[in-house]
Order: sequence, then C-alpha cells, then structure tokens
Amino acid sequence: MRYVEPGLVLRFARNQLAALLVILGGMVLLLSLLTSTFLTANNIFNVLRAFSWIAIASFGQSIVIIGGGIDLSAGSNMAFAGIITAMLLLAGYSVVFSILVGLLITLGIGLLNGLMVSKTKLPPFIATLGTMSIVRGFCYGMTQGWPVRNLPRSFMFLGQTDIWRVPLPAIIMIGLAVFCAILLEKTKLGYHVYAVGGNEYAASLVGINTGRVKTIAFTLSGLFAGIGGLLMTARLGVAAPTAAQGYELDIIAAAVIGGISLTGGEGSVWGALIGAAIMQILRNALVLMGFPAYWQPAAIGAVIIGAVMIDMYRKRKV
Amino acid sequence: MEAKVFASSQPILSLRGISKYFGGVHALEDVDFDVYPQEIVALVGDNGAGKSTLVKIIAGVHRPTKGHIFFQGQPVEIHSPHDAQALGIEIVYQELALIETRDVPANFFLGREPVKGRLGIFVDRRKMVEDTVRTLRELGIELPYLRSPVRYLSGGQRQALAIGRVMPWGGKIIIMDEPTAALGVKESRRVLDLILRLKEKGCSVIVISHNMRHVFNVADRIVVLRGGRKVGDKKKSETTPDEIVKLIVGADML
Ligand SMILES: Nc1ncnc2c1ncn2[C@@H]1O[C@H](COP(=O)(O)OP(=O)(O)OP(=O)(O)O)[C@@H](O)[C@H]1O
Ligand SMILES: [Mg+2]
Repeated sequence: MRYVEPGLVLRFARNQLAALLVILGGMVLLLSLLTSTFLTANNIFNVLRAFSWIAIASFGQSIVIIGGGIDLSAGSNMAFAGIITAMLLLAGYSVVFSILVGLLITLGIGLLNGLMVSKTKLPPFIATLGTMSIVRGFCYGMTQGWPVRNLPRSFMFLGQTDIWRVPLPAIIMIGLAVFCAILLEKTKLGYHVYAVGGNEYAASLVGINTGRVKTIAFTLSGLFAGIGGLLMTARLGVAAPTAAQGYELDIIAAAVIGGISLTGGEGSVWGALIGAAIMQILRNALVLMGFPAYWQPAAIGAVIIGAVMIDMYRKRKV
Repeated sequence: MEAKVFASSQPILSLRGISKYFGGVHALEDVDFDVYPQEIVALVGDNGAGKSTLVKIIAGVHRPTKGHIFFQGQPVEIHSPHDAQALGIEIVYQELALIETRDVPANFFLGREPVKGRLGIFVDRRKMVEDTVRTLRELGIELPYLRSPVRYLSGGQRQALAIGRVMPWGGKIIIMDEPTAALGVKESRRVLDLILRLKEKGCSVIVISHNMRHVFNVADRIVVLRGGRKVGDKKKSETTPDEIVKLIVGADML
C-alpha cells in the first residue's frame, strides 16, 4: 500500500487560494502597467483602508457560510454598532466603554441569530433577513433618521491613524484574519464548523453539537460586523442610520469570490480577504482608468459570476 | 424465549420493550434485543423494517419512545453518540457519516479530534495523520489521496474509511449498518474477516446486511425485524437461509 499525494500541479489547480492570488497578482500587475497612479504607497494604503471594514465583516460571514449558514444582518449590524457607540460617546461615556457596549450589542444580535437558527430551526436566510430589517429599523428609530456627528477625536483616531503609514484598520484586519484562520483551521471548533457546513446530519451522527457550533458562528459574525462597523464609523467620523446599506451583499460577495462555497464546508478566511481585496482593487481600477463610479456595481456583479463559475469548473475538472 | 439458549452468560447489552415512533410512523414496536459477549449478531429485515432505527437507538442518535436499555445488567440512558462511545459502543452508519468536503484524517477523527497543548482547543493534526495512516495500513485499506476531500474517493473507498475509523477506539460492541453495501467481492471478504477478528479479540458485533451469504458466513445469531417488530431470533446452527428469508418477507407473502 502506498499513500500517494496529488502532484504539485494538481494540488495547485485544486487550491483556490493559489488561483485567487494569481488573479490578484495579475490585476495588480496590469494596473501598475496601465496607470502611473495605482502602484503608489498612497493609493495602495487607501485601497487597504477602504476594504478593511468589508473584509473584517466578511471574516465572520465566512465562518457562518463555511458552517452552512448565511448572515444577511451584517450590514445593519455594522451601522448599528456605529450608532450605539456614537450615541454613548456623545452622552459622555469613555471611548473604551462605548466601543465595548457597541460590540457587545452586535455580538448579542449575532447570538440571537444563532439561537433562532439552532433552537427554533429557522432557515438562516429568513432569520437574518428578519434581523437585518429589525436592526436597520432600530438604526433609524434611535436616531430619528439623523446622522450622529461630532464624534470625539479620541474615537476617530481608530479609523484614521497610520502606523508607519499603514492604516490602523488594515493592521486590525490582518490581525483578525490570522485569528479567524487559526480558529477555523487549527481548533476543534473550527473542524466542527467545517463538519456542520459540509454535512450537518453526519456531524450530528458522530455527536457534534451542531446547534452550539452554529450559534458560535453567528455570534462571531455579529461581533465582526460590529468591529467593521466601528472602524467604518471612526473613519467617516459620522454614524448614519443609512450607513453600510447593502454592504451585506458585498460582504457575502467577498466570501464567495474568495472561494467559500455557499453550500458550506469549504473555503478559508484568506479567500474572503483576497475576495474583498479583488473587489476593492477593481473599484479603484475603474476610478483610476476614468470610468464613472456608477458603473462599479456592474463590474462587481460580473466578477462574482465569473469567480464562482471558474471555481465550479475547477472543482469538476480536477 | 431464545435468550435461554445463551443463559450460560449474561448479555452485555439488552433492549427491552423498545418502541420508536416518528410522528405517526411506528418504526419499532416492542422489540427485545440482546447482545452477548463475543457474539456476532446479524440484524436482518426488508427495507424500512426498522434495523437502522434500532441500532441508532443503541448508538445514542435516537431516544426510544418506550422501553429500556441495560448495559451489563445495569439500566442506562444513552442520550448522545458520546454516551454510547463512553460505554464502548462504536457504529458504522449506513449513511457513512462522512464530510465530503474534508480530507481523510479529518473524517477519520470526525467529532473526536485529538487536541494538544494546555488549552485543549488546538487539534493535534500530526497525530491525526499518523494514526490515520497507521490504522488504514493495519486494516489493509488503500486510499489514494489522504489530503484531498473525501468526495474524490470512490464509494467503496468511502465505506472502507467509515469502517476503519471506528477501529482504533477499543469498542466492546461494534455495530455495522450494511458495511458491505458498496464493496466488491474481495473487499467484502475483508470486512467479513475483520468482523470475525473483532470477535476473536473479544468484541461483540451487530451487523446489518441484506446479503444472506454474508450473514450465514459470520453470524452466531440472526435477529429478524419485519414492520418494526421482532419476528425471529435464531441461532445460526438451528436455522437455514430459507427460513430466515421466509421470516423477513412474512409467511403470507409466500
Ligand atoms: N428520522 C426519521 N423520521 C421519520 N421516519 C423515520 C426516520 N428514520 C426512519 N424512519 C422510518 O422508520 C422506518 C424504519 O426505518 P429504518 O431506517 O430503521 O429501516 P431499515 O430497516 O434500516 O431499512 P433499510 O434496509 O432500507 O436501511 C421507515 O418507515 C422509515 O421511513
Ligand atoms: Mg437501514
């Protein structure tokens, strides 16, 4: 008996991350050649800053999707974390306290999503469609529709500082990506997330507590949306009830472009990170090459379809 | 009762008056079922007779609607697969219970991944790979790719993996629900040999099969279910394949 491993070429072809990196590298190369402005430190760091919120939220989303669910409430959670924290700050509470409460509340919303899915067996799409709307309603209701402005500098620092010219949100993003990657790939909980998403019934037959796994995944998604939302709010300096509207689709798209299958059980947060980067670089490219911003959604849509088609084709073939 | 034949030793596992209702479906009705030490029991019956439901009750997947379970004479409640494992009950499911998107070691240790470090949360991947390779070698199971998703394995290879992964846990009662369903002649022979070896090592085996040749090859005793009821419980030496087939389909069918 021998245990042969697939050859290098086959392994590379099967490796979604490798394929994504090639695409990303190709885009960077092409843009560097086509424009003189793309490959400047300034532009790169702006790109990084601009996609860090989406990327961070997409890490939590990735855990949910790999676990076989979906979290449509991510965009609303981003806005809500910002509003709660902003209102507490204006009421005079400390930055640390305001942030903690903001995050705790989105974590709680995630927990609620998880409990609805695992205890009352609501389909994740329905449960989070509901919370998406409920939380957005709270965003409008609590602010009467007005943006919360005049946030203290000590809070805005979070979204606007650079460390050695690297934006703080980008550094936080990388740190959280490493955290999620370790959680998913190295821990027992991570193994169980893949198991539940890959085959929930099989997971329950071998004694995995599938409800617990799903609840934790949704809770983390709530928390990560909150973190992304706070960084967004700190960067913009205003917490608007309309903020992050429609972002849930970008967040899901980042995961999907990154090779995380919507059927669950597959993919990695690195894929989501690269997926978010590809979307942002595409947006940036369109701007640099002089296309009006109105065309961006069309380009993103084409990329989503293209990425998933390549992924499906690749899986069938090899 | 048939059990008297085996009165020389006490059953290691006894089910008494087990019924299982899924809503209106009576999957099992008042079933008594015994397993003796070092015994191979074949559980037979037509599709939907309740065989899988019975072994899933033993494995902690289903709770019986009525009835009691005794382990070595003591009443026990088996609430989860982990409870069953703690009693030394291992099962190979008819559905195999594999995760298609995960590789061989992840499936081999599915649900009981070994951990390392003080926190007890980090999976010991090295140990997983080493133990998987060693066990598969010992069992003579050949799998082409260890680190590729299980979906690239053939049906027979998957079944071999599902059987192999329960072996290292030192179970006293091994349940196999149609373990040869996807296997070729040579591979089926290997599984039957494995069942006999398990008995020699001191295990009891419950095997479900539709293949009378396999059943008569290995079983010490044959239990027949029909429509959720136990309709036969025969020592192999005191019955024939014909009689078992008649019990399976019911006399009225002949
Ligand atoms: N989870 C469930 N929910 C509802 N009904 C079920 C469930 N599991 C089994 N049943 C029903 O219980 C009956 C017995 O099913 P079971 O799977 O035990 O049969 P079986 O003897 O293993 O058949 P086969 O040889 O086809 O595997 C069937 O009528 C089946 O439809
Ligand atoms: Mg069955």
